[in-house]
Amino acid sequence: MNAPVAPSRMNLPGSSHAASGNALELRGISKTFGALAAISDVTLSVKPGERRAVLGSNGAGKTTLFNCITGDFLPTAGLIRFFGEDVTVFPPYERIRRGLRRTYQISSLFSGLSVLDNVYLACRGVSRNRFSLIRPRADDALVNAAEMLVEAVHLTGEKDRLVGELAYGQQRQLEIALALSGAPRFVLFDEPAAGLSPTERRDLIHILTSLPSHIGYIIIEHDMDVALRVVESVTMMHNGRIFKEGRPEEIEDDPEVQELYLGGGHG
Amino acid sequence: MSVADHIPRLADRAEQRMWFERIPTRWWVVGLILLFLPVVANNFWLFQVMGWTFILGMIGLSLMFLAGYGGMVSLLQMSIAGMAGYMVAILGPSGVLNVSLGLSWWIVLPAAFLIAALFATIAGALAVRTEGIYTIMITLAIAAAFFYFTRQNYSVFNGYSGFNLVLPPQLFGVNWRDPVAFYYLTLASATLCYFAVVYIERSPFGLALQGVRDNPRRMAALGFHVTAHRVAAYALASIFASAGGILLVWQNAQIAPGTIGISSAIDILVVAVVGGMRRPLGPFIGAFIYVLLQVFSADILGFFGFSVDRFKLIIGIGFLAIVLFSPDGVLGLWDRWRAQLAARNAATTGDGA
Repeated sequence: MNAPVAPSRMNLPGSSHAASGNALELRGISKTFGALAAISDVTLSVKPGERRAVLGSNGAGKTTLFNCITGDFLPTAGLIRFFGEDVTVFPPYERIRRGLRRTYQISSLFSGLSVLDNVYLACRGVSRNRFSLIRPRADDALVNAAEMLVEAVHLTGEKDRLVGELAYGQQRQLEIALALSGAPRFVLFDEPAAGLSPTERRDLIHILTSLPSHIGYIIIEHDMDVALRVVESVTMMHNGRIFKEGRPEEIEDDPEVQELYLGGGHG
Repeated sequence: MSVADHIPRLADRAEQRMWFERIPTRWWVVGLILLFLPVVANNFWLFQVMGWTFILGMIGLSLMFLAGYGGMVSLLQMSIAGMAGYMVAILGPSGVLNVSLGLSWWIVLPAAFLIAALFATIAGALAVRTEGIYTIMITLAIAAAFFYFTRQNYSVFNGYSGFNLVLPPQLFGVNWRDPVAFYYLTLASATLCYFAVVYIERSPFGLALQGVRDNPRRMAALGFHVTAHRVAAYALASIFASAGGILLVWQNAQIAPGTIGISSAIDILVVAVVGGMRRPLGPFIGAFIYVLLQVFSADILGFFGFSVDRFKLIIGIGFLAIVLFSPDGVLGLWDRWRAQLAARNAATTGDGA
C-alpha cells in the first residue's frame, strides 16, 4: 500500500502553517544538474522521532536528496521545513545549529586532527564560542561531551590518534559520533554500514536502535539486513522520484520492489 | 578502559608535572643562547642578522598561521606588514613633515594595528571565496595593487620616496634602535607572537581553522560558518604581520614602496616554505637561513668572482632544493632525521617493538 504521506494542508502551497508537527517536511523538491534531473518532485514528511529508510538503486537520487536537506545543494524547486521552520535557502551551518545532523557516504573527517579533536569540533560547532581563542580546560563541558561520544562509538582507546591513521571501520564509527554531537533532533545517515565487518554492523545496529527515542533519522542503506531492522518506515526511490512507501515488511514483500531493487543484483 | 583514565589532550595533559619540566632540554638551550647572545655577539649580528630574522619570522609566522592551519596561502602578508609600517610613518613623526601627522605613539601603534587588521579583513574577505592557486593569485593581485598605489599616491603614502627618519619612541628612556635594545625588542615580540600562535593552535578557533583546512564542507555540516572563520583568521594573522612590519620600519628607519614590492611578498613565502609551514617555529628557521644567505652570500659570491646581485640565485636554488626534497621545509628534514635516529636506536637496543 502506498502510505499517503501528505498531510491535508500539503495542498495549500504558500500557506503559513509553521507548526506542521513534522520533524522534516519536503514538498515538491527537485534538483537538476544541467539537463539531468537528479531528483524530481519529492514530497516526504517525517514525524519527530520517526526512523525511516530511503532505499533505491545507485543513481536513484538518495544522496542528492540528503544534500538538499542539509543545504549542500539548494534545490531547484520545492520547499524544505525543519520542525516547522522553512529552511529551504538556509546555509548548511544554520540547519545544523537547529538540530539537523548528517553522516557522509564516503568518510568526511579531519584527517590531520585527533579522534577527540574531531568530535570536540563537532560539539563546538553547535554551541557557543566557536571563535574563542581560550583553550578549553580539562573539565570543560564540551570536552567531556566529546569524550562520552568517543566512548559511545567504542573509540576511547584511539582518541589521541590522528584520524588519518584509523582503520576504515573506525572512521565510519567516528562519522556517527560527529553526527550525534550536541543535541541532534534529526539525523541523516548516508550508508553508515558500507564497508563494515559483520561485527561492526552489529555494533552499528546497536548504536542506531539505542538512540534516544526523540531523535528521528533517515538512513540510506544498501544492506537490507541493517536498514530494515532499524526503521519503522521505508521510502523507495527510483530515478529521482518516490516510488513506494510503507512499513519495512510491506516493502520487503512487495513484488515490484523486489523486481526493481532487491533483484537488481546488489552485491 | 574508562574515560576517566585519560586526561583530555585538549587541555594541559601533564598538569601533575610543573610546567617548566615539560620543556625539552633543547628549548632551554635555545632560550638561554637567545637571551645571552648580546654578551658575545657584535652589533651587526644583533641588529642586522637577528633583528631582521625575528622581523621576517613574524611576518612569515602570519603566513604560516593562514597556510599551515587554515590551508590559505596568502601573498598578502608583506602588504599587511607594510600597511602597519606605513601607518606608523604617516600617523607618527617622520622626516617627511608635510605628510606625517606626528601623533604620539600610544595613538599611532594601536591605530597601525587596527588599520592593518581592517586591510587584512577586507582583503581576506575577497580572497577566502577562492581556493588554492586562485587564493595565491588574488592575494598577489591585491599586494601588487597596494604596491603601485603607494608608489603613485603622494598625498598619503608620499609616493616613490616614502618616509625616512621613522624612529621608535624613546619609551622608558631607552633608544630602541640601539642594537642591544632592538635585539631584545624584536626577540620579545617574536617570542610573544610565537607563543600566541602555539596557544591558539589548541583553542576552539585554532582547531576549527584546522578543521576548515582539512574539510571545509564537513565544517559547515558541523555548524561552522566557514567563510567567517577564514576571514577571522586573516584578521588575527594581521597582528603578527603588523608587529613585524612596525619593527621593520623602525629597523630601517624608513619605509618606501620597495619594502612591500612583489619580490618582498614572495620572499615571505620563501621564508615560510623553507622553514616549514606546519609549525610556528618554521618561519623563524626559514627567516634565519634567508637572512644568513642575504647577508653573507655577497662575500661568498665575490670570492668566486660572481656578481653580488646573484644572491637571489642562491636563495632560488635553496628554495628549489627544499621544495623538491622536503615539502615541509627544514623542520620536516629535522623531524625525519630524528625519527630515523630514534628508529636506529630502537633497533640497536632491541626494544623497537
